[in-house]
Amino acid sequence: MTHSYALLALVLIPLVGSLIVFALPRGQAAAAKQVSLVFSLAALVYAIVLAARFKTGGPRFQYGTSWTWIRDFGVHIALGVDGIALVLLLMSAVLVPAVMLASWNALDSRAGAEEAVEAPRRRSAKTFFALLLLLEFFMLGVFTATDVFLFYVFFEAMLVPMYFIIGSFGGPRRQYAAMKFFLYSLVGGLLMLASVIGLYVTTGSRTFAITQLIGHVPGGATQKWLFLGFFIAFAIKAPLVPFHTWLPDAGAEAPAGGAALLVGVLDKVGTFGFIRYCLPLFPQASRYFAPLVLILSVIGILYAAFLAIGQRDMKRLVAYTSVAHFGFIGLGIFAFTTQGGTGAVLYMVNHGLSTGALFLLLGLLIARGKSRNVNDYGGTAKVTPVLAGLFLMAGLSSLALPGMSTFVSEFLVLVGAFTRHKALAIIATTGIILAAIYVLYLYQRAFQGTVRERVTKFRDLNPREVLAVAPLIALILFFGIYPKPLLNIINPAVKATLSDVHQQDPIPPLNATVAGGSK
Amino acid sequence: MSPYYYLVLSAALFTIGAVGVLVRRNAIVVFMCVELMLNAVNLTLVTFSRINGSLDGQIMAFFVMTVAAAEVVVGLAIITSIFRTRRSASVDDANLLKY
Amino acid sequence: MITAHGIQSYAWLLVAIPAASALILLTLGRAADKWGHLLGALVPVGLFVYAVFLFFSVKGQSNRKVDLHMFSWIPVARFRVDAGLLLDPLALVFVLLITGVGSLIHIYAVGYMAHDPGRRRFFGYFNLFVAAMLLLVLADNYLAVYVGWEGVGLASYLLIGYYYTRPSAATAGNKAFFANRVGDVGLSIAIMLMFAYFGTTSFAGVFGHFGHGGNATTGVATAIALMLLLGACGKSGQFPLQTWLPDAMEGPTPVSALIHAATMVTAGVYLIARSAPVFDATSAARTVVTIVGAITLLYGCINGAGQDDLKRVLANSTVSQIGYMFLAVGLGPGVYAIGIVHLLGHGFFKAALFLSAGSVMHAMNDRIDMRRFGGLWRVMPITFFVFVCGYLAIIGFPFATGFWTKDKIIEAAFDKGGTSGYLLGIIALVGAGLTAFYMTRALVMTFLGKRRWEPDVHPHECGPVMWLPMAVLAVLSLVGGWLLIFGGGVQEWLTPSVGPSVEAGVHTVSKPVLTAITLVVVALGIAGAWVAFGTRTIPEEQPQNVTVVTRASRRNLYADAFNEAVLMRPGQWFSRALVFFDNRGVDGVVNGLSASFGGGSSRFRRLQSGFVRSYALSMLGGTVAVIAVLLAVRFQ
Repeated sequence: MTHSYALLALVLIPLVGSLIVFALPRGQAAAAKQVSLVFSLAALVYAIVLAARFKTGGPRFQYGTSWTWIRDFGVHIALGVDGIALVLLLMSAVLVPAVMLASWNALDSRAGAEEAVEAPRRRSAKTFFALLLLLEFFMLGVFTATDVFLFYVFFEAMLVPMYFIIGSFGGPRRQYAAMKFFLYSLVGGLLMLASVIGLYVTTGSRTFAITQLIGHVPGGATQKWLFLGFFIAFAIKAPLVPFHTWLPDAGAEAPAGGAALLVGVLDKVGTFGFIRYCLPLFPQASRYFAPLVLILSVIGILYAAFLAIGQRDMKRLVAYTSVAHFGFIGLGIFAFTTQGGTGAVLYMVNHGLSTGALFLLLGLLIARGKSRNVNDYGGTAKVTPVLAGLFLMAGLSSLALPGMSTFVSEFLVLVGAFTRHKALAIIATTGIILAAIYVLYLYQRAFQGTVRERVTKFRDLNPREVLAVAPLIALILFFGIYPKPLLNIINPAVKATLSDVHQQDPIPPLNATVAGGSK
Repeated sequence: MSPYYYLVLSAALFTIGAVGVLVRRNAIVVFMCVELMLNAVNLTLVTFSRINGSLDGQIMAFFVMTVAAAEVVVGLAIITSIFRTRRSASVDDANLLKY
Repeated sequence: MITAHGIQSYAWLLVAIPAASALILLTLGRAADKWGHLLGALVPVGLFVYAVFLFFSVKGQSNRKVDLHMFSWIPVARFRVDAGLLLDPLALVFVLLITGVGSLIHIYAVGYMAHDPGRRRFFGYFNLFVAAMLLLVLADNYLAVYVGWEGVGLASYLLIGYYYTRPSAATAGNKAFFANRVGDVGLSIAIMLMFAYFGTTSFAGVFGHFGHGGNATTGVATAIALMLLLGACGKSGQFPLQTWLPDAMEGPTPVSALIHAATMVTAGVYLIARSAPVFDATSAARTVVTIVGAITLLYGCINGAGQDDLKRVLANSTVSQIGYMFLAVGLGPGVYAIGIVHLLGHGFFKAALFLSAGSVMHAMNDRIDMRRFGGLWRVMPITFFVFVCGYLAIIGFPFATGFWTKDKIIEAAFDKGGTSGYLLGIIALVGAGLTAFYMTRALVMTFLGKRRWEPDVHPHECGPVMWLPMAVLAVLSLVGGWLLIFGGGVQEWLTPSVGPSVEAGVHTVSKPVLTAITLVVVALGIAGAWVAFGTRTIPEEQPQNVTVVTRASRRNLYADAFNEAVLMRPGQWFSRALVFFDNRGVDGVVNGLSASFGGGSSRFRRLQSGFVRSYALSMLGGTVAVIAVLLAVRFQ
C-alpha cells in the first residue's frame, strides 16, 4: 500500500493545536483563542487543498495509508477518504473555525455568558478552545478511518471532549444532559463493539480493514445481528426516532458552539456510519431491515417536526428540527438509489452548515437576551437587522428553500425515495409544510411582532460574529446554485456503495421508448 | 472403632460452632465458635488422612492450626480494641461498615 | 427548438441582474439607503428595454422556441437537471408583463415609499421578486421553475411581512408561505412523478411523452396534472388554498399591485398553460381545473361584495379574476391563450386599480376603510380617473380590456357544450354581474357620495412619480385588451407554446346574443350596487343587522374559520400532545429505565447491613447451596 502522509497530517493538525493550547499557562485566554483559530484554519486550508487534489474519477479510497497498530489482532492505523468522507471532512473543517469565532467572547464575562441563571463560576476559555480542537481531531479521525477498529476508537473517543463541553460549559441542566448524552452514546458504542468483535471473528480474515471486509461477512442471521449492533449505535448517534430523546436535552444545554458541532458534525457520524459501514458490510441485512428504517425515518420526519412546532425553548426546537432532518437522511440512504444516497450525503453537509449556523445565531441571540424561551423575545429584527437577516437565511435553508443547497439535497432524497417507495416519499414530502411552520413560526415569535422592552437594548452583530456565520450562509447559497463540485465528489462513492448492496436505480417505466425523453 | 464416628463428631462440633457464630452476640464467644469450627475441620482432615493412609490431611491440619493461631492474634487484638472504644464486645454493636 | 444566439444568449442577465441588485441592496445595509431605491427602480426598467429587444429578436425567427443552456445544475446518475432558459412566446409575454408592469410599479413605489425608513430593504425584496419571477417564467425545466416558484413565494412572504412589527402582517406573511408550501407539496410530487415515469424534468423531455408518439398513460397524466394544479392553487390563491391572498394585503400597496395582482399570483395560470401538453392528455384533470376556477370566481365575487377594506375588495377581486383564468385554461386545448390574454389584461387593470387604491391610502393617512372615504373624486381627480379606467376594464364595459378578454372566457365556457358548458357559462356570467356589483360598490363608497373622512385627514393628489405610472396603466386598461386581442395577435403569437387557439365552430350561444346578455347582467350588477349604495347614505360604522350572505361574505365565507377549526387548532393540539408524549412517553421510558436501575441498586444495597452475623448466615447459606448443587449434580 502506498503511504500518503496527507491525511495523517490533516488529522494531527488539530491534535497538536489542542496539546499546545492545553499546555499554555493559565490566564492566557487570548493567546489560546488565537492559537486555536490558527490551527483550525490551517486544518481547513489543508482540507481544501486535499479536496482540490481529490481525483473524482480515481480509486474509491484516496490518500490511503496504513500502519500496523496491534499486530496480533490485525488492527491498523489506516486512513483514507472516499467522496462521502471527504465532503464531511470539509464540512467539519469549515464548522470548527466558525464555532470558534462565534464563541470568541462567550466565556469571558458574565455579560457575555449565555445563561444568566447559573451561578458565576470559573470557566476557562482555554479549556473550551482546547476541547474544540481535540474534538476536531476525533471528528476528522472518525471520517478518515478505514479500519473498523480505529473507527470504533474514534467513535467512542469523540464522546469525551463533547461530554466536557456540555458538562462544564453548558446551561443549567448541563450535568443531566451530559450524562444522558454519554450514557446513550455509550450503550450504542458497546453494541457496536460487540459487533466489531463479531465481525472480526465471523469473517475470519484477521483484519479490520474495511476494504477487505466488504463482501466477506457471512449472510443469514449472523449478518442481521452484526448489522443491528452497528445500526443501533448509529441510530442513537444520528439520532433516529425513537432513539432521539438525548438530542433535545444535549442540544439545548450545550453551549451554542458545542451544540453546533454536536448536531452539525457528531450526529453526522451516525448517518455516515449507515452509508459507510452498514450498507457495504451488511448488504443482505441492510436490504432486510430497509423497510423498517424507512418507516422509522418517515415517522421521524413528521413526528419531530410536530415536536419542534410545539417547543418554546429555541435550542430544543432546533434540535428537534435536526431529528426531522435526520429522518430525511435515513430515507435517502435506505432508499438504495443513487439520487437518494447522493442527496443524503449532500444533506449531511448542508445540514451541518445550516443547523450549525442556526445554533450559532441562536447562541448569539441568547447571549443578548439571557433566555432560551422564545416568548421572551419579539420584534428583535427591528433592533438587530443583521442578526435577524442571517437567522432568516439560516432558517430558510433549514426549511430547504429552493435555491439553497439544502433544497438540492432534500429534493434528491425525496426523488430518490420516490422512484422506489412512492407512498413513503409522498408522506415525507408533506414534512416540508411542517418545516415551513416550525422555522417561520420561530422567526415570527423571536424576530417579528411588537418590539419588546428587553429587546431594545440588544446590540447587533459585530463584524467578528458576522464573519463566523456569513460564510456558512454563503456556502449554502453557492452550492444551491452550483452543487456540481460536491455532487461530482459524492456520486462515485455512492455508486460504489450501492453496488456493494447490489442495488440499481429503478428505470423509469416510460423512459426507454421515447427518443426525445432522454434529456 | 470405625473412623466414621470421628467424622460424625467433627460434623457435630462444626454445627455447634456454626450455630454459635450465628446466634451468639459476644465477640469472644463468636470467636471461640470460629475456633471450634476450625478444629472440627482439623479433625475431619486428620480422619480422612487416616482413612486414606496419606499424610496430606495431617499437613493441611498443621496449616490450619498455624493460620488459626495467626487469626487468634489478629482477631483478639481487634476485639480488644473494639471493646476499648465501645465498652462492649457485642458484634451487633459494631455495624458501622454498611451501605 | 434552436440555440440562443446574439442578444438572446444574454437572457440569463434577466435573472442575474435583479438578483445581484437585490443582493447589493440587502447586504450593503444602510450604506445604500441614499441611492438604493434608484438602483432598485432602474433595474426593471433596464430589463424591460432588453426584454423588448429580446422579444423582437425571437419574433423575427421562424422557430420561436429558443433554448439557452447555462450549466449542468444537478447531475446525479439518471437525474440530470440543467440550468437552462427557454425563450418561447409564452415566456416572453410574461417577461414583458413582469418587466413592463414591474417597471411602472417600481417607479410608483419610489414615490409611495418615499417616507418609509426601510425603502432600500423594500426595493431589495422587490428586485428579488423580479429575479425569481423571471426565473419562474424563463426556466426550461420544472425543477428550475420550482426555484423561481419558491423564490417569488419568499419575496411575497418578506413583502407581506414588510411591516413586521405589526403582528397581523407577520401572521399574514406566514399564512401566505404555509399555503404556498401546501401547494409546493403538489409541485414536488408532480416533479417526482415526472422523474419516476419519464426520467426527466425538462419541458421538452416531459412533453415528448405526450401528444403524437407519446407513451404517457392517462393515469400518469392525470396524476401529474392534479399535482401541478395543487401547486397552482397554492400560488394563485385558488380554492381551497385561497384564504391567504386577502390577508396578503398587509403588505405595502405596490406589493399588492405587482405581486398579489399582476404577476406572482398568476403563476399558477402560467404553470397550467405551460403544462398544456400534460393537461391536454387528461380531461379529468381539466374538469377539476374548471371546477376550481368556477368555485373560486364565485367565492371571490361574493367575498368582494362584503368587505369594507378597499384593498381586500380588490384582493378578492383578484381571487375571482384568477378563477376566470383557471376556468379558461381548464377548458383546454384552444382556450389556454384566452386565459393568458385575460391574465395580461388583468395585469394592467388590476395594477391600475391597486395603484389608485394605494394613492387613496397615501392620501388618507394609510387608512383603508371605505366607510370613511367618500367624495374623493373632487380632491383626487387623477386617481379617480385611473380607478375609473380600471373599473371599466374589470367590469367589461364595452371596448375596455375586460370586454375583450373576460367575455371571451364566458363565451368559451358556453362553447364547451353540454350541461357542464352551460353550468360553467352561467357561473362565469353570474360572476361578471357580481364583479360589476362589488366594483361599483367600491367605486361609489370611495370616490362618490358624501365625505365621511375622519377629522384629521386632508387628502391630496399624489405626486407625478406616482400618477405617471398610474396613468400609463389606466390607458392600458382602456385599450390594452383591444391591442392584445387585435387580429388574434397574442393568441397567434402563443401558438408555439400552448397550441393554436381554436374558436369553436358552432357557438352554443351566438356571439352578439351572448355579448348582449353579458352586458345586461353587468348593467344589472351596476344598477343593484347603485341602488344599494349610491342612493343612500353609507353608515360610517359597519351595520350589524345584515343578511346572512353579507355576514358570511364579511368573514370570507367562513374559510378562515374553517381553516382555524379544522387545521390550525387540531394541529396545535396534536403538536402539544406529541410534546407531552415525547417528554413523558419516549423520554419517560428512558428516564424510567435509568430510575429503575438507580432504585434497584439502592434496594440491593440494603443487604449490606453491617451485622457480622447476617453475613455469616449468608455465607453459610451460600455454602450449603453450593454443596447442595454439587451433590445434586453428583447423584442425579
